[in-house]
Amino acid sequence: MTDSIRIVGLNKVFPSPGGGSVHAVKDINLDIGAGKLVTLLGPSGCGKTTLLRMIAGFEEPSSGDLFFGERRMNEEPPNTRDTAMVFQSYAVFPHLNVFENVAFGLRLRHLPKAEIEAKVTRVLEQTGLEGYAKRSPNQLSGGQQQRVALARCIVMEPKVLLFDEPLSNLDAKLREQMRVEIRELQQRLGITSIYVTHDQVEAMSISDEIVIMKSGVVEQLGTPQEIYARPANRFVADFIGKANIVEARIAGKNTIEINGVSIGVPLVPELPAGAEVSAILRPEAIHLSAEGGQFRGIVRRVMFLGNIAEYLVEVDGLGNWLVDISNPAEAGLFQAGSQVFLEPSAGSIHILG
Amino acid sequence: MSGTARSQLRLLARDPVLLVLLTVIALSIAVFVVYPLVKVFMASLHVNDVWTLDGYRELAERRLYRNALVNSLSVAALVGIISVAIGYVAAFVLTRLEVPGKTLLHYITILPIVSPPFVSAVSILFLFGFNGLVTRQLLGLNDFSIYGFHGVVISQVFTFAPIAYLSLRGVLASLSPTLEDAALNIGATRWQTFWKVTFPLSLPGIASAFLVVFIESMADFGNPLVLAGAAFPMLAPQAYLEITGSFNLSRGATLAIVLLIPSMTAFAIQRYYLAKRQYITVTGKPTASTSKIVSNPMKWLLYGIVSFFAVLVTAFYAVIIVGAFTQVWGFNYTPTLAHFRYVFDVGLDSVKDTLIVAIVSTPISGILGMLVAFLVVRRVFPGRTALEFGSILSFAVPGTVVGIGYILAFNAPPIILTGTLAILVLCFVFRYVPVGIQSGIAVLRQIDPSIEEAAQNLGANGLTTFRKVTLPLIAPAFFSGLVYAFVRAMTAISAAIFLVSANWNLMTVQILNQVGSGRLGVSAAFSVVVIVIVLIAIGIISFLINRWTRHTSMVRFQ
Ligand SMILES: Nc1ncnc2c1ncn2[C@@H]1O[C@H](COP(=O)(O)OP(=O)(O)OP(=O)(O)O)[C@@H](O)[C@H]1O
Ligand SMILES: [Mg+2]
Repeated sequence: MTDSIRIVGLNKVFPSPGGGSVHAVKDINLDIGAGKLVTLLGPSGCGKTTLLRMIAGFEEPSSGDLFFGERRMNEEPPNTRDTAMVFQSYAVFPHLNVFENVAFGLRLRHLPKAEIEAKVTRVLEQTGLEGYAKRSPNQLSGGQQQRVALARCIVMEPKVLLFDEPLSNLDAKLREQMRVEIRELQQRLGITSIYVTHDQVEAMSISDEIVIMKSGVVEQLGTPQEIYARPANRFVADFIGKANIVEARIAGKNTIEINGVSIGVPLVPELPAGAEVSAILRPEAIHLSAEGGQFRGIVRRVMFLGNIAEYLVEVDGLGNWLVDISNPAEAGLFQAGSQVFLEPSAGSIHILG
Repeated sequence: MSGTARSQLRLLARDPVLLVLLTVIALSIAVFVVYPLVKVFMASLHVNDVWTLDGYRELAERRLYRNALVNSLSVAALVGIISVAIGYVAAFVLTRLEVPGKTLLHYITILPIVSPPFVSAVSILFLFGFNGLVTRQLLGLNDFSIYGFHGVVISQVFTFAPIAYLSLRGVLASLSPTLEDAALNIGATRWQTFWKVTFPLSLPGIASAFLVVFIESMADFGNPLVLAGAAFPMLAPQAYLEITGSFNLSRGATLAIVLLIPSMTAFAIQRYYLAKRQYITVTGKPTASTSKIVSNPMKWLLYGIVSFFAVLVTAFYAVIIVGAFTQVWGFNYTPTLAHFRYVFDVGLDSVKDTLIVAIVSTPISGILGMLVAFLVVRRVFPGRTALEFGSILSFAVPGTVVGIGYILAFNAPPIILTGTLAILVLCFVFRYVPVGIQSGIAVLRQIDPSIEEAAQNLGANGLTTFRKVTLPLIAPAFFSGLVYAFVRAMTAISAAIFLVSANWNLMTVQILNQVGSGRLGVSAAFSVVVIVIVLIAIGIISFLINRWTRHTSMVRFQ
């Protein structure tokens, strides 16, 4: 049976070797519904692994509480928590073959031999490892080892699945393929999962919800769409996707003013007219043309990336903006140095107070 | 800081097994490593029932002791230099060059490591002594004396060059040959490549090997006792003579402290300065490691040096074996079994005792070593560094100092152990466990801790994890810890000589007695028996470990 996870006021303070301390996780509150897949996303060192390790029981919280369902887990040792973790380094047992690796946990439960055999065989099939049962881990590729780590976890049918950057060592192709497989497997089994990554594309593509972290603090929690369309602050806006953050002023109900140009926007925070705000303009939501637009600028750099062309445009009085134009092969490219006009698509502008 | 200690204590309180283990280990180290040293130190300051520095003043004033210190230091320095030179050449040839018979040469070169302490000294007497085969029979010299500085140096080089070889082998094998290729590629000559790349990169390893040999040479007791002679006093035998000859415990203790200081200094440098400066590049990728920086003539010259050393080692052993079957070396070369008859008749008790001591102390030492390594690397608790330091401290303490410490510490209440099996076993366990601990720590540090966490995550408790995951993974270190403990227990002399008794006697002490009374044939026979037992034991240990763990490719005796 899977469980929901509730984290209340969780803190972790590490003593640092040179004296002093590192506050790795700061006062985190989270509710993760049963069967959901939630990613922890944030830059290196923001406390993702630490949070995950506290959930698995490898680190003791300095304060705060952790619940699986109704049960408080703070004092529970890691071996009885019924979580299964895919380690960033795989941590496949090098002295056991693939079959024995996957059977390891089942054997500790003293299940009958035939049952272990059946379960392991099925999981090896699910993870595409049939035929590798007798191999030793050092005869496997990185991707295959990663599957062993995954198989070893799901065969336990745990209450909670934990993934610590499980795909970080794989090549781009295999990575895409594996993340689809992980998502499908997780949904089929319906096990509550927490997935750590610092790859935003990975986070967007597999999560029910994303937790954005920075320096041990949760910056925002939401579905991928919410986080992309309505980032809570500049950090999130910048971290998820690319963003042009532009100074603006409230001009009236649902209207802002950027450098003297009035633009109607869907949602404006409750602020008096004249208040200074920031407008988030996504690069793909800006239209570029040779003449006729709200803003004028000079192309400083063009990068042709195949599916899009990425422009860096110096906008009069507003600094540099990134602009992405899709299907550039058809649209034709503006050369560096040429004058262009820019028109943000009003519906996708997000205002931060 | 105190908050840290408190939270660590809280964790400990929650893990009673760990708490008990740590308490027992810490207490035993305090009692069997630290306490005897303190006793020696106190005895050196306690002359004729008064607290005084007179002991040290007298030492400084008397020529005999000043000479002993200077002699020991100069022998250790020279032996260190020669051993490292031989060791480096051997390591270079056997790891980096394409030459025939590498495996054989490797095993011959390390052979002296597993042999009893008097083999090279006795061989030297057989060859270069008053009735020596070379000096007397071949060259007809009458007034040549092997005793003194040169005798001790030659004998110690044969004993300790293999140690330098093994440690330099590790250093050279881990230097990526691509670095040399890169230097050659940008236009350096072979000579420049060696002096500007290979040599500087191995320099910390060279210094480290030198210091290890220096420590061993300072502490060596057997070779000086046999070969130094009366005109060439050295510290370790002198301390022994003060105690057993003149019954002057406090003088012996004072000499022991003087002996301890250079060893501890070398140990501190080796461990806390050099250890951090080794450029070891572990990539896990096997590299084609044939060096291109030596020309062909140079290659065969180096090969010649290594082969010559191997031939000498072989000759020394051959001489011992022949000597063991020879009536009276130098006069009557008739083959005989008389010496072996003596060993298994008069000496049988010491053979049995030695075996019992070795068999009892080896597994204790092996398991304790892995346990301490595991706790030090994988557990957090207050005083972790102190525990690691305390447990490897005895590596740097010369056996003579330990022996004197043990008789001072355990001859009187509260703990009386003199004359028992226990005192020998305890002495050997705590003296030889550091090597197991060190290799355990080294192996464990390379094993990703998440492998053990994964086991816990899958439901294994602490003990199951240690048994099913940790131990099999550190099997190579376990193996070398066991072998080392056994070999050392079979071949120890410097501390043991203070601790043997009528009830518990050791073969090495027998060898010494026979050498002392001029019966070299019997001592050779004893040596042969020790070597045979050691080789059989290595075979058995390696068989057991191989059966118990399947990843045999990792288990290799080096
Ligand atoms: N055992 C520890 N002792 C001291 N500090 C630690 C310890 N473990 C982690 N930290 C510190 O806590 C902070 C968070 O580390 P954590 O490993 O959780 O980061 P992360 O978000 O997983 O980073 P990455 O993406 O690089 O894996 C870092 O500043 C780290 O240095
Ligand atoms: Mg991490």
